[in-house]
Amino acid sequence: MSERLNGGWGKTVAGVLILAVLLFPVYWMVNVSLQPSGSAVGTPWIPIHLSLRGYTQALHDQGGHLATSMIISLGSVVFSLLIATPAAYALAHFRVRGAGLVLLGILVSQMVPGIVVANALYSAYNDLGLLNSIGGLILADSTAGIPFAMLILRAFMLDIPSEVVEAAWVDGAGPIRSFVSVVLPMSRNALVTAALFTFLFTWGDFLFALTLTTTENVRPVTLGLFTYIGSYVKDWSSVMATAVLASIPALVLLVVAQRYVAAGTTAGAIK
Amino acid sequence: MADLRLRARPTRGGPAGPLAKIKSRSGPRRRQRALELLFLLPAIAYLVPFFGYPVVKNLLMGFQNYTTRTFYTGEAPWVGFDNYVTVVKSAVFDKALVNTLLFTVGSIAGQFVIGLAIAVYFRRRFPLAGVLRSLLLLPWLIPLIVSSAIWRWILDQDNGALNRFLGGLHLIGGGRPGWLTSTSLALVACIIVNVWIGIPFNTTILYGGLQNIPDELYEAAELDGATGWKAFRYITWPQLRPVVSVVLVLGVVYTLKVLDIILGLTGGGPANATQTIATQSYHLSFVEFDFGQGAALSNILIVISALFAFIYLRANRRALDE
Repeated sequence: MSERLNGGWGKTVAGVLILAVLLFPVYWMVNVSLQPSGSAVGTPWIPIHLSLRGYTQALHDQGGHLATSMIISLGSVVFSLLIATPAAYALAHFRVRGAGLVLLGILVSQMVPGIVVANALYSAYNDLGLLNSIGGLILADSTAGIPFAMLILRAFMLDIPSEVVEAAWVDGAGPIRSFVSVVLPMSRNALVTAALFTFLFTWGDFLFALTLTTTENVRPVTLGLFTYIGSYVKDWSSVMATAVLASIPALVLLVVAQRYVAAGTTAGAIK
Repeated sequence: MADLRLRARPTRGGPAGPLAKIKSRSGPRRRQRALELLFLLPAIAYLVPFFGYPVVKNLLMGFQNYTTRTFYTGEAPWVGFDNYVTVVKSAVFDKALVNTLLFTVGSIAGQFVIGLAIAVYFRRRFPLAGVLRSLLLLPWLIPLIVSSAIWRWILDQDNGALNRFLGGLHLIGGGRPGWLTSTSLALVACIIVNVWIGIPFNTTILYGGLQNIPDELYEAAELDGATGWKAFRYITWPQLRPVVSVVLVLGVVYTLKVLDIILGLTGGGPANATQTIATQSYHLSFVEFDFGQGAALSNILIVISALFAFIYLRANRRALDE
Protein backbone atom coordinates (compact mmCIF):
# COMPACT_ATOMS: atom_id res chain seq x y z
CA MET A 1 0.00 0.00 0.00
CA SER A 2 1.42 3.34 -0.99
CA GLU A 3 2.00 6.17 1.48
CA ARG A 4 -0.54 8.33 -0.27
CA LEU A 5 -3.43 6.09 0.69
CA ASN A 6 -2.73 6.25 4.38
CA GLY A 7 -4.48 9.23 5.86
CA GLY A 8 -4.07 10.01 9.54
CA TRP A 9 -6.56 10.74 12.28
CA GLY A 10 -7.34 14.07 10.63
CA LYS A 11 -9.21 12.10 7.98
CA THR A 12 -11.06 10.23 10.69
CA VAL A 13 -12.27 13.48 12.25
CA ALA A 14 -13.61 14.73 8.92
CA GLY A 15 -15.14 11.29 8.28
CA VAL A 16 -16.93 11.41 11.63
CA LEU A 17 -18.26 14.87 10.75
CA ILE A 18 -19.61 13.64 7.40
CA LEU A 19 -21.26 10.76 9.20
CA ALA A 20 -22.67 13.01 11.91
CA VAL A 21 -24.44 15.13 9.28
CA LEU A 22 -25.77 12.08 7.44
CA LEU A 23 -26.92 10.29 10.56
CA PHE A 24 -28.46 13.34 12.21
CA PRO A 25 -32.01 12.17 11.32
CA VAL A 26 -31.35 8.85 13.07
CA TYR A 27 -30.03 10.72 16.11
CA TRP A 28 -33.07 12.98 16.03
CA MET A 29 -35.40 9.98 15.99
CA VAL A 30 -33.76 8.60 19.15
CA ASN A 31 -33.63 12.03 20.78
CA VAL A 32 -37.33 12.79 20.24
CA SER A 33 -38.32 9.26 21.29
CA LEU A 34 -36.74 9.89 24.72
CA GLN A 35 -38.50 13.19 25.39
CA PRO A 36 -40.94 13.26 28.29
CA SER A 37 -43.42 15.76 26.83
CA GLY A 38 -45.88 14.30 24.39
CA SER A 39 -45.98 17.28 22.09
CA ALA A 40 -42.18 17.43 21.73
CA VAL A 41 -42.50 21.12 20.87
CA GLY A 42 -39.08 22.72 21.08
CA THR A 43 -37.28 19.43 21.63
CA PRO A 44 -33.87 20.15 23.20
CA TRP A 45 -30.96 19.34 20.89
CA ILE A 46 -29.66 16.81 23.37
CA PRO A 47 -31.94 14.69 25.58
CA ILE A 48 -31.59 16.10 29.09
CA HIS A 49 -34.61 14.68 30.87
CA LEU A 50 -34.78 11.13 29.63
CA SER A 51 -38.14 9.47 29.66
CA LEU A 52 -39.37 6.10 28.44
CA ARG A 53 -42.97 7.28 28.34
CA GLY A 54 -42.87 7.34 24.54
CA TYR A 55 -41.83 3.70 24.52
CA THR A 56 -44.54 2.52 26.93
CA GLN A 57 -47.11 4.31 24.79
CA ALA A 58 -45.59 2.89 21.58
CA LEU A 59 -45.56 -0.66 22.94
CA HIS A 60 -49.13 -0.25 24.12
CA ASP A 61 -50.31 0.98 20.70
CA GLN A 62 -47.97 -0.91 18.39
CA GLY A 63 -46.79 -3.96 20.33
CA GLY A 64 -49.20 -6.23 18.49
CA HIS A 65 -48.14 -4.77 15.14
CA LEU A 66 -44.49 -5.42 15.97
CA ALA A 67 -45.36 -9.04 16.71
CA THR A 68 -47.27 -9.30 13.41
CA SER A 69 -44.26 -7.90 11.54
CA MET A 70 -42.00 -10.41 13.25
CA ILE A 71 -44.21 -13.38 12.32
CA ILE A 72 -44.57 -12.26 8.70
CA SER A 73 -40.84 -11.55 8.35
CA LEU A 74 -39.77 -14.90 9.78
CA GLY A 75 -42.37 -16.66 7.65
CA SER A 76 -41.12 -14.90 4.56
CA VAL A 77 -37.51 -15.86 5.33
CA VAL A 78 -38.38 -19.56 5.64
CA PHE A 79 -40.62 -19.52 2.57
CA SER A 80 -38.17 -17.56 0.40
CA LEU A 81 -35.22 -19.78 1.24
CA LEU A 82 -37.25 -22.96 0.67
CA ILE A 83 -38.18 -21.74 -2.81
CA ALA A 84 -34.98 -19.98 -3.79
CA THR A 85 -32.24 -22.33 -2.57
CA PRO A 86 -32.96 -25.41 -4.72
CA ALA A 87 -33.65 -23.15 -7.70
CA ALA A 88 -30.36 -21.31 -7.22
CA TYR A 89 -28.57 -24.65 -7.11
CA ALA A 90 -30.27 -25.81 -10.30
CA LEU A 91 -29.42 -22.53 -12.05
CA ALA A 92 -25.79 -22.74 -10.96
CA HIS A 93 -25.04 -26.42 -11.61
CA PHE A 94 -27.65 -28.00 -13.89
CA ARG A 95 -28.13 -27.48 -17.58
CA VAL A 96 -31.87 -27.18 -17.26
CA ARG A 97 -33.94 -26.15 -20.22
CA GLY A 98 -35.63 -22.87 -19.37
CA ALA A 99 -32.97 -21.86 -16.85
CA GLY A 100 -32.09 -18.81 -18.93
CA LEU A 101 -35.74 -17.90 -19.01
CA VAL A 102 -35.98 -18.09 -15.23
CA LEU A 103 -32.92 -15.86 -14.88
CA LEU A 104 -34.31 -13.35 -17.33
CA GLY A 105 -37.59 -13.47 -15.44
CA ILE A 106 -35.82 -12.60 -12.19
CA LEU A 107 -34.07 -9.64 -13.77
CA VAL A 108 -37.22 -8.35 -15.44
CA SER A 109 -39.12 -8.81 -12.18
CA GLN A 110 -36.89 -6.12 -10.68
CA MET A 111 -38.47 -3.67 -13.10
CA VAL A 112 -42.06 -4.53 -12.23
CA PRO A 113 -43.33 -1.81 -9.88
CA GLY A 114 -44.81 -3.10 -6.63
CA ILE A 115 -48.01 -1.23 -7.39
CA VAL A 116 -48.57 -3.45 -10.45
CA VAL A 117 -48.29 -6.58 -8.32
CA ALA A 118 -50.52 -5.08 -5.63
CA ASN A 119 -53.10 -4.00 -8.22
CA ALA A 120 -53.48 -7.51 -9.58
CA LEU A 121 -53.09 -9.36 -6.28
CA TYR A 122 -55.84 -7.36 -4.63
CA SER A 123 -58.58 -8.82 -6.79
CA ALA A 124 -57.03 -12.30 -6.75
CA TYR A 125 -56.65 -12.20 -2.96
CA ASN A 126 -60.21 -10.97 -2.69
CA ASP A 127 -61.43 -14.03 -4.57
CA LEU A 128 -59.19 -16.41 -2.66
CA GLY A 129 -59.91 -14.93 0.76
CA LEU A 130 -56.26 -14.01 1.28
CA LEU A 131 -56.84 -10.34 2.11
CA ASN A 132 -56.07 -9.56 5.76
CA SER A 133 -54.15 -12.77 6.27
CA ILE A 134 -50.65 -13.48 7.51
CA GLY A 135 -50.14 -16.06 4.77
CA GLY A 136 -51.21 -13.64 2.07
CA LEU A 137 -48.69 -11.05 3.22
CA ILE A 138 -45.91 -13.64 3.51
CA LEU A 139 -46.53 -14.69 -0.10
CA ALA A 140 -46.69 -11.12 -1.42
CA ASP A 141 -43.70 -9.87 0.60
CA SER A 142 -41.58 -12.71 -0.73
CA THR A 143 -41.67 -11.00 -4.15
CA ALA A 144 -38.72 -8.98 -2.82
CA GLY A 145 -36.90 -11.80 -1.04
CA ILE A 146 -37.11 -14.65 -3.54
CA PRO A 147 -35.48 -12.98 -6.58
CA PHE A 148 -32.80 -11.48 -4.34
CA ALA A 149 -32.10 -14.80 -2.61
CA MET A 150 -31.97 -16.63 -5.94
CA LEU A 151 -29.44 -14.18 -7.40
CA ILE A 152 -27.16 -14.12 -4.39
CA LEU A 153 -27.30 -17.89 -3.76
CA ARG A 154 -26.73 -18.69 -7.41
CA ALA A 155 -23.72 -16.37 -7.59
CA PHE A 156 -22.30 -18.10 -4.52
CA MET A 157 -23.04 -21.65 -5.68
CA LEU A 158 -21.31 -21.02 -9.01
CA ASP A 159 -18.13 -20.90 -6.95
CA ILE A 160 -18.69 -24.36 -5.48
CA PRO A 161 -16.59 -26.62 -7.72
CA SER A 162 -18.61 -29.20 -9.61
CA GLU A 163 -16.07 -31.82 -8.59
CA VAL A 164 -17.15 -31.52 -4.97
CA VAL A 165 -20.76 -32.18 -5.85
CA GLU A 166 -19.80 -34.90 -8.31
CA ALA A 167 -17.79 -36.69 -5.66
CA ALA A 168 -20.89 -36.96 -3.52
CA TRP A 169 -22.85 -38.30 -6.48
CA VAL A 170 -20.24 -40.91 -7.18
CA ASP A 171 -20.35 -41.94 -3.54
CA GLY A 172 -23.94 -42.90 -4.11
CA ALA A 173 -25.68 -39.86 -2.73
CA GLY A 174 -28.60 -38.82 -4.90
CA PRO A 175 -28.99 -35.27 -6.12
CA ILE A 176 -31.25 -34.40 -3.21
CA ARG A 177 -28.94 -35.88 -0.58
CA SER A 178 -25.83 -34.28 -2.07
CA PHE A 179 -27.70 -30.98 -2.16
CA VAL A 180 -28.67 -31.23 1.48
CA SER A 181 -25.46 -32.65 2.89
CA VAL A 182 -22.83 -31.02 0.64
CA VAL A 183 -24.15 -27.89 -1.08
CA LEU A 184 -26.23 -26.45 1.75
CA PRO A 185 -23.49 -26.59 4.42
CA MET A 186 -21.01 -25.04 2.00
CA SER A 187 -23.44 -22.21 1.22
CA ARG A 188 -23.94 -21.28 4.84
CA ASN A 189 -22.68 -17.69 4.52
CA ALA A 190 -24.75 -16.95 1.43
CA LEU A 191 -27.80 -18.46 3.12
CA VAL A 192 -27.34 -16.22 6.15
CA THR A 193 -26.97 -13.15 3.92
CA ALA A 194 -30.06 -14.06 1.90
CA ALA A 195 -32.04 -14.72 5.09
CA LEU A 196 -31.02 -11.43 6.69
CA PHE A 197 -31.95 -9.36 3.65
CA THR A 198 -35.22 -11.21 3.09
CA PHE A 199 -36.05 -10.44 6.70
CA LEU A 200 -35.25 -6.75 6.24
CA PHE A 201 -37.22 -6.47 2.98
CA THR A 202 -40.32 -8.00 4.53
CA TRP A 203 -39.94 -6.14 7.81
CA GLY A 204 -39.81 -2.86 5.88
CA ASP A 205 -42.63 -3.68 3.47
CA PHE A 206 -45.25 -0.99 3.40
CA LEU A 207 -46.97 -1.24 0.02
CA PHE A 208 -48.45 -4.74 0.45
CA ALA A 209 -49.39 -4.04 4.05
CA LEU A 210 -51.20 -0.94 2.83
CA THR A 211 -52.99 -2.49 -0.14
CA LEU A 212 -53.63 -6.10 0.89
CA THR A 213 -55.12 -5.41 4.31
CA THR A 214 -58.40 -3.64 4.85
CA THR A 215 -58.95 -4.16 8.58
CA GLU A 216 -56.81 -3.90 11.69
CA ASN A 217 -56.74 -7.68 12.20
CA VAL A 218 -53.39 -8.13 10.48
CA ARG A 219 -51.33 -4.96 10.63
CA PRO A 220 -47.53 -4.83 10.38
CA VAL A 221 -45.72 -2.07 12.24
CA THR A 222 -44.92 -0.14 9.05
CA LEU A 223 -48.63 0.36 8.45
CA GLY A 224 -49.11 1.06 12.16
CA LEU A 225 -46.53 3.84 11.92
CA PHE A 226 -48.16 5.19 8.76
CA THR A 227 -51.56 5.44 10.41
CA TYR A 228 -49.82 7.06 13.41
CA ILE A 229 -48.48 9.86 11.21
CA GLY A 230 -51.46 9.84 8.84
CA SER A 231 -53.54 12.13 11.00
CA TYR A 232 -52.50 15.20 12.97
CA VAL A 233 -49.77 14.07 15.34
CA LYS A 234 -49.97 15.26 18.91
CA ASP A 235 -47.48 12.85 20.41
CA TRP A 236 -44.24 12.76 18.44
CA SER A 237 -42.24 11.02 21.15
CA SER A 238 -44.30 7.84 20.87
CA VAL A 239 -44.24 8.08 17.05
CA MET A 240 -40.45 8.24 17.21
CA ALA A 241 -40.33 5.48 19.82
CA THR A 242 -42.26 3.31 17.35
CA ALA A 243 -39.80 4.34 14.63
CA VAL A 244 -36.89 3.28 16.86
CA LEU A 245 -38.55 -0.07 17.63
CA ALA A 246 -39.17 -0.61 13.91
CA SER A 247 -35.48 0.13 13.22
CA ILE A 248 -34.15 -2.40 15.73
CA PRO A 249 -33.70 -5.23 13.16
CA ALA A 250 -31.56 -2.91 11.00
CA LEU A 251 -29.50 -1.84 14.02
CA VAL A 252 -29.00 -5.42 15.23
CA LEU A 253 -27.96 -6.44 11.75
CA LEU A 254 -25.35 -3.71 11.51
CA VAL A 255 -23.83 -4.62 14.86
CA VAL A 256 -24.09 -8.42 14.85
CA ALA A 257 -23.93 -9.38 11.20
CA GLN A 258 -21.83 -6.67 9.63
CA ARG A 259 -19.90 -8.89 7.25
CA TYR A 260 -23.08 -10.47 5.92
CA VAL A 261 -24.54 -7.03 5.29
CA ALA A 262 -21.46 -6.00 3.34
CA ALA A 263 -21.74 -9.20 1.30
CA GLY A 264 -25.39 -8.56 0.59
CA THR A 265 -25.00 -4.97 -0.53
CA THR A 266 -22.28 -5.72 -3.04
CA ALA A 267 -23.40 -9.16 -4.19
CA GLY A 268 -27.02 -8.37 -4.79
CA ALA A 269 -26.91 -4.73 -5.72
CA ILE A 270 -30.66 -4.71 -5.52
CA LYS A 271 -33.37 -3.32 -3.37
CA MET B 1 -22.24 -8.16 -8.44
CA ALA B 2 -24.54 -11.02 -9.15
CA ASP B 3 -26.37 -9.33 -11.99
CA LEU B 4 -23.15 -8.73 -13.84
CA ARG B 5 -22.00 -12.27 -13.37
CA LEU B 6 -25.16 -13.73 -14.81
CA ARG B 7 -23.95 -13.36 -18.34
CA ALA B 8 -20.58 -14.92 -17.75
CA ARG B 9 -21.59 -18.39 -16.60
CA PRO B 10 -18.45 -20.32 -15.89
CA THR B 11 -18.68 -23.90 -17.02
CA ARG B 12 -16.41 -25.65 -14.63
CA GLY B 13 -16.19 -29.40 -14.72
CA GLY B 14 -17.42 -29.88 -18.26
CA PRO B 15 -20.35 -28.34 -20.02
CA ALA B 16 -23.10 -29.96 -18.00
CA GLY B 17 -21.55 -30.19 -14.55
CA PRO B 18 -22.14 -33.29 -12.48
CA LEU B 19 -25.04 -34.49 -14.55
CA ALA B 20 -23.04 -35.17 -17.69
CA LYS B 21 -21.27 -38.10 -16.13
CA ILE B 22 -24.29 -39.49 -14.39
CA LYS B 23 -26.29 -39.30 -17.57
CA SER B 24 -23.78 -41.25 -19.58
CA ARG B 25 -23.26 -43.80 -16.87
CA SER B 26 -26.58 -44.71 -15.40
CA GLY B 27 -30.26 -44.04 -15.13
CA PRO B 28 -32.77 -43.13 -17.76
CA ARG B 29 -32.54 -39.56 -19.02
CA ARG B 30 -36.12 -38.85 -18.18
CA ARG B 31 -35.49 -39.45 -14.50
CA GLN B 32 -32.65 -36.91 -14.55
CA ARG B 33 -34.83 -34.35 -16.28
CA ALA B 34 -37.51 -34.84 -13.67
CA LEU B 35 -34.98 -34.41 -10.86
CA GLU B 36 -33.56 -31.27 -12.44
CA LEU B 37 -37.00 -29.84 -12.82
CA LEU B 38 -37.85 -30.75 -9.25
CA PHE B 39 -35.27 -28.24 -8.03
CA LEU B 40 -36.55 -25.47 -10.25
CA LEU B 41 -40.26 -26.15 -10.05
CA PRO B 42 -41.05 -24.41 -6.73
CA ALA B 43 -39.45 -21.19 -7.99
CA ILE B 44 -41.37 -21.33 -11.27
CA ALA B 45 -44.55 -22.11 -9.36
CA TYR B 46 -43.96 -18.95 -7.36
CA LEU B 47 -42.67 -16.57 -10.04
CA VAL B 48 -45.53 -17.25 -12.45
CA PRO B 49 -48.44 -16.25 -10.16
CA PHE B 50 -46.55 -13.47 -8.37
CA PHE B 51 -44.81 -11.77 -11.29
CA GLY B 52 -46.21 -13.21 -14.52
CA TYR B 53 -49.86 -13.12 -13.54
CA PRO B 54 -49.82 -9.53 -12.19
CA VAL B 55 -48.23 -8.18 -15.37
CA VAL B 56 -50.75 -9.95 -17.61
CA LYS B 57 -53.67 -9.18 -15.32
CA ASN B 58 -52.70 -5.50 -15.22
CA LEU B 59 -52.52 -5.42 -18.98
CA LEU B 60 -56.06 -6.80 -19.21
CA MET B 61 -57.43 -4.62 -16.41
CA GLY B 62 -56.20 -1.57 -18.30
CA PHE B 63 -58.81 -2.34 -20.97
CA GLN B 64 -61.61 -3.04 -18.51
CA ASN B 65 -64.03 -1.04 -16.46
CA TYR B 66 -62.80 -2.63 -13.26
CA THR B 67 -64.20 -1.04 -10.09
CA THR B 68 -65.53 -2.12 -6.69
CA ARG B 69 -68.72 -3.20 -8.47
CA THR B 70 -66.64 -5.85 -10.20
CA PHE B 71 -65.99 -7.52 -6.85
CA TYR B 72 -69.72 -7.95 -6.22
CA THR B 73 -71.06 -8.64 -9.70
CA GLY B 74 -67.98 -10.24 -11.21
CA GLU B 75 -68.47 -8.09 -14.30
CA ALA B 76 -65.68 -6.02 -15.80
CA PRO B 77 -66.85 -4.75 -19.19
CA TRP B 78 -64.23 -4.23 -21.90
CA VAL B 79 -63.83 -0.55 -22.69
CA GLY B 80 -60.98 -0.49 -25.20
CA PHE B 81 -58.59 2.40 -24.64
CA ASP B 82 -61.05 4.43 -22.53
CA ASN B 83 -58.97 4.08 -19.35
CA TYR B 84 -55.81 5.22 -21.10
CA VAL B 85 -57.59 8.22 -22.67
CA THR B 86 -59.13 9.25 -19.34
CA VAL B 87 -55.88 8.83 -17.44
CA VAL B 88 -53.70 10.69 -19.94
CA LYS B 89 -56.21 13.50 -20.44
CA SER B 90 -56.71 14.10 -16.72
CA ALA B 91 -55.19 17.28 -15.31
CA VAL B 92 -53.09 15.28 -12.86
CA PHE B 93 -51.28 13.28 -15.55
CA ASP B 94 -49.08 16.10 -16.90
CA LYS B 95 -48.22 17.16 -13.39
CA ALA B 96 -47.44 13.57 -12.33
CA LEU B 97 -45.29 12.99 -15.41
CA VAL B 98 -43.23 16.14 -14.80
CA ASN B 99 -42.97 15.33 -11.09
CA THR B 100 -41.81 11.78 -11.85
CA LEU B 101 -39.14 13.18 -14.14
CA LEU B 102 -37.96 15.83 -11.66
CA PHE B 103 -38.08 13.41 -8.73
CA THR B 104 -36.08 10.77 -10.60
CA VAL B 105 -33.48 13.10 -12.11
CA GLY B 106 -33.10 15.10 -8.89
CA SER B 107 -32.83 12.02 -6.68
CA ILE B 108 -30.36 10.21 -8.91
CA ALA B 109 -28.16 13.27 -9.42
CA GLY B 110 -28.05 14.00 -5.68
CA GLN B 111 -27.50 10.41 -4.57
CA PHE B 112 -24.86 9.77 -7.16
CA VAL B 113 -22.77 12.92 -6.71
CA ILE B 114 -22.79 12.78 -2.90
CA GLY B 115 -22.41 8.98 -2.90
CA LEU B 116 -19.41 9.18 -5.23
CA ALA B 117 -17.80 11.98 -3.22
CA ILE B 118 -18.08 9.94 -0.02
CA ALA B 119 -16.85 6.78 -1.74
CA VAL B 120 -13.78 8.63 -3.06
CA TYR B 121 -13.16 10.10 0.38
CA PHE B 122 -13.28 6.65 1.99
CA ARG B 123 -10.96 5.21 -0.62
CA ARG B 124 -8.07 6.59 1.38
CA ARG B 125 -7.38 4.42 4.35
CA PHE B 126 -7.62 6.01 7.77
CA PRO B 127 -8.38 4.80 11.28
CA LEU B 128 -11.99 3.66 11.85
CA ALA B 129 -12.84 3.99 8.14
CA GLY B 130 -14.43 0.53 8.12
CA VAL B 131 -16.67 1.24 11.11
CA LEU B 132 -17.76 4.59 9.69
CA ARG B 133 -18.55 3.01 6.34
CA SER B 134 -20.82 0.39 7.82
CA LEU B 135 -22.61 2.93 10.02
CA LEU B 136 -23.27 4.85 6.82
CA LEU B 137 -25.55 2.01 5.69
CA LEU B 138 -28.08 2.78 8.40
CA PRO B 139 -30.38 5.11 6.40
CA TRP B 140 -30.63 2.40 3.75
CA LEU B 141 -31.42 -0.46 6.14
CA ILE B 142 -34.18 1.13 8.21
CA PRO B 143 -37.71 0.82 6.77
CA LEU B 144 -38.61 3.55 4.28
CA ILE B 145 -41.72 4.47 6.20
CA VAL B 146 -39.56 5.04 9.30
CA SER B 147 -37.42 7.48 7.31
CA SER B 148 -40.58 9.25 6.17
CA ALA B 149 -41.78 9.57 9.75
CA ILE B 150 -38.43 10.98 10.94
CA TRP B 151 -38.27 13.53 8.13
CA ARG B 152 -41.93 14.50 8.57
CA TRP B 153 -40.97 15.78 12.00
CA ILE B 154 -37.60 17.28 10.99
CA LEU B 155 -39.26 19.21 8.15
CA ASP B 156 -42.23 20.32 10.23
CA GLN B 157 -42.96 23.98 9.59
CA ASP B 158 -43.36 25.20 13.16
CA ASN B 159 -41.35 22.83 15.33
CA GLY B 160 -39.13 20.95 12.87
CA ALA B 161 -35.43 20.68 13.57
CA LEU B 162 -34.52 22.09 10.15
CA ASN B 163 -36.45 25.34 10.52
CA ARG B 164 -35.25 25.76 14.11
CA PHE B 165 -31.67 25.27 12.91
CA LEU B 166 -32.05 27.68 9.99
CA GLY B 167 -33.82 30.18 12.25
CA GLY B 168 -31.02 29.93 14.82
CA LEU B 169 -28.52 30.82 12.10
CA HIS B 170 -30.79 33.68 10.98
CA LEU B 171 -30.86 32.15 7.51
CA ILE B 172 -34.63 32.49 7.37
CA GLY B 173 -36.63 35.50 8.44
CA GLY B 174 -39.99 35.49 10.20
CA GLY B 175 -41.69 33.32 7.57
CA ARG B 176 -40.66 29.74 8.19
CA PRO B 177 -40.76 27.69 4.99
CA GLY B 178 -43.38 24.95 4.99
CA TRP B 179 -41.20 22.26 3.49
CA LEU B 180 -44.00 19.72 3.16
CA THR B 181 -46.98 22.05 2.99
CA SER B 182 -45.94 24.54 0.31
CA THR B 183 -46.65 23.56 -3.28
CA SER B 184 -43.32 24.98 -4.43
CA LEU B 185 -41.17 23.24 -1.79
CA ALA B 186 -42.81 19.85 -1.21
CA LEU B 187 -41.27 18.11 -4.21
CA VAL B 188 -37.83 19.49 -3.33
CA ALA B 189 -38.29 18.13 0.20
CA CYS B 190 -39.23 14.68 -1.15
CA ILE B 191 -36.16 14.68 -3.38
CA ILE B 192 -33.91 15.65 -0.45
CA VAL B 193 -35.26 12.78 1.64
CA ASN B 194 -34.90 10.29 -1.21
CA VAL B 195 -31.33 11.46 -1.82
CA TRP B 196 -30.61 10.84 1.86
CA ILE B 197 -32.01 7.31 1.60
CA GLY B 198 -30.08 6.55 -1.61
CA ILE B 199 -26.62 7.78 -0.58
CA PRO B 200 -25.57 4.56 1.26
CA PHE B 201 -26.43 2.35 -1.73
CA ASN B 202 -24.50 4.56 -4.16
CA THR B 203 -21.54 4.89 -1.81
CA THR B 204 -21.32 1.14 -1.18
CA ILE B 205 -21.45 0.07 -4.82
CA LEU B 206 -19.13 2.85 -6.01
CA TYR B 207 -16.71 2.12 -3.17
CA GLY B 208 -16.62 -1.49 -4.31
CA GLY B 209 -15.79 -0.29 -7.82
CA LEU B 210 -13.04 2.00 -6.55
CA GLN B 211 -11.43 -0.89 -4.67
CA ASN B 212 -10.97 -2.69 -7.98
CA ILE B 213 -8.87 0.09 -9.52
CA PRO B 214 -5.22 -0.95 -9.15
CA ASP B 215 -3.06 1.37 -7.07
CA GLU B 216 -0.32 1.10 -9.69
CA LEU B 217 -2.38 3.25 -12.03
CA TYR B 218 -2.39 6.08 -9.52
CA GLU B 219 1.30 5.61 -8.78
CA ALA B 220 2.14 5.80 -12.48
CA ALA B 221 -0.04 8.87 -12.88
CA GLU B 222 1.59 10.53 -9.92
CA LEU B 223 4.97 10.18 -11.63
CA ASP B 224 3.46 11.98 -14.61
CA GLY B 225 2.21 14.71 -12.32
CA ALA B 226 -1.45 13.71 -12.41
CA THR B 227 -2.87 13.94 -8.90
CA GLY B 228 -6.08 15.15 -7.31
CA TRP B 229 -8.67 16.23 -9.84
CA LYS B 230 -6.56 15.12 -12.80
CA ALA B 231 -6.16 11.64 -11.36
CA PHE B 232 -9.92 11.46 -10.86
CA ARG B 233 -10.64 12.72 -14.38
CA TYR B 234 -8.21 10.42 -16.22
CA ILE B 235 -8.06 7.31 -14.01
CA THR B 236 -10.91 7.02 -11.51
CA TRP B 237 -13.75 8.06 -13.80
CA PRO B 238 -12.90 5.95 -16.88
CA GLN B 239 -12.10 2.90 -14.71
CA LEU B 240 -15.33 3.32 -12.78
CA ARG B 241 -17.57 3.67 -15.84
CA PRO B 242 -19.10 0.13 -15.81
CA VAL B 243 -19.98 0.36 -12.12
CA VAL B 244 -21.39 3.85 -12.68
CA SER B 245 -23.83 2.61 -15.29
CA VAL B 246 -25.02 -0.22 -13.04
CA VAL B 247 -25.63 2.20 -10.19
CA LEU B 248 -27.45 4.70 -12.40
CA VAL B 249 -29.70 2.17 -14.13
CA LEU B 250 -30.68 0.42 -10.90
CA GLY B 251 -31.20 3.85 -9.35
CA VAL B 252 -33.56 4.99 -12.10
CA VAL B 253 -35.53 1.73 -12.14
CA TYR B 254 -36.02 1.88 -8.36
CA THR B 255 -36.70 5.61 -8.18
CA LEU B 256 -39.41 5.45 -10.85
CA LYS B 257 -41.48 3.16 -8.64
CA VAL B 258 -40.94 4.92 -5.29
CA LEU B 259 -44.17 5.01 -3.31
CA ASP B 260 -43.50 4.64 0.41
CA ILE B 261 -41.46 7.80 0.80
CA ILE B 262 -43.88 10.13 -0.95
CA LEU B 263 -46.98 8.60 0.64
CA GLY B 264 -45.36 8.89 4.06
CA LEU B 265 -44.14 12.46 3.58
CA THR B 266 -46.92 14.21 1.71
CA GLY B 267 -49.39 11.64 0.41
CA GLY B 268 -48.90 13.20 -3.02
CA GLY B 269 -50.06 16.62 -1.87
CA PRO B 270 -50.36 19.51 -1.36
CA ALA B 271 -52.59 19.95 -4.42
CA ASN B 272 -50.79 17.08 -6.26
CA ALA B 273 -47.47 18.93 -5.94
CA THR B 274 -45.69 15.65 -5.20
CA GLN B 275 -47.95 13.28 -7.13
CA THR B 276 -45.95 10.94 -9.36
CA ILE B 277 -47.11 8.30 -11.83
CA ALA B 278 -46.60 5.63 -9.14
CA THR B 279 -48.46 7.45 -6.37
CA GLN B 280 -51.25 8.51 -8.73
CA SER B 281 -51.65 4.89 -9.85
CA TYR B 282 -51.95 3.86 -6.20
CA HIS B 283 -54.48 6.65 -5.68
CA LEU B 284 -56.65 5.59 -8.61
CA SER B 285 -56.68 1.91 -7.59
CA PHE B 286 -56.79 2.00 -3.82
CA VAL B 287 -58.35 5.34 -2.94
CA GLU B 288 -60.80 5.83 -5.81
CA PHE B 289 -61.11 2.06 -6.36
CA ASP B 290 -60.92 2.42 -10.13
CA PHE B 291 -58.62 -0.50 -10.76
CA GLY B 292 -58.92 -0.18 -14.54
CA GLN B 293 -57.52 3.35 -14.57
CA GLY B 294 -54.94 2.49 -11.92
CA ALA B 295 -53.78 -0.43 -14.06
CA ALA B 296 -53.62 1.75 -17.19
CA LEU B 297 -51.42 4.27 -15.41
CA SER B 298 -49.12 1.65 -13.91
CA ASN B 299 -48.75 0.08 -17.36
CA ILE B 300 -47.54 3.45 -18.61
CA LEU B 301 -45.02 3.36 -15.75
CA ILE B 302 -43.77 -0.07 -16.89
CA VAL B 303 -43.36 1.22 -20.44
CA ILE B 304 -41.32 4.21 -19.22
CA SER B 305 -39.18 1.86 -17.15
CA ALA B 306 -38.68 -0.59 -20.03
CA LEU B 307 -37.95 2.24 -22.46
CA PHE B 308 -35.22 3.48 -20.18
CA ALA B 309 -33.71 0.00 -19.77
CA PHE B 310 -33.79 -0.45 -23.55
CA ILE B 311 -32.02 2.85 -24.23
CA TYR B 312 -29.47 1.92 -21.61
CA LEU B 313 -28.82 -1.52 -23.10
CA ARG B 314 -28.41 -0.06 -26.60
CA ALA B 315 -26.08 2.68 -25.43
CA ASN B 316 -24.10 0.10 -23.53
CA ARG B 317 -23.79 -2.21 -26.51
CA ARG B 318 -22.54 0.67 -28.64
CA ALA B 319 -19.96 1.50 -25.99
CA LEU B 320 -18.83 -2.12 -26.00
CA ASP B 321 -18.66 -2.30 -29.79
CA GLU B 322 -16.38 0.69 -30.00
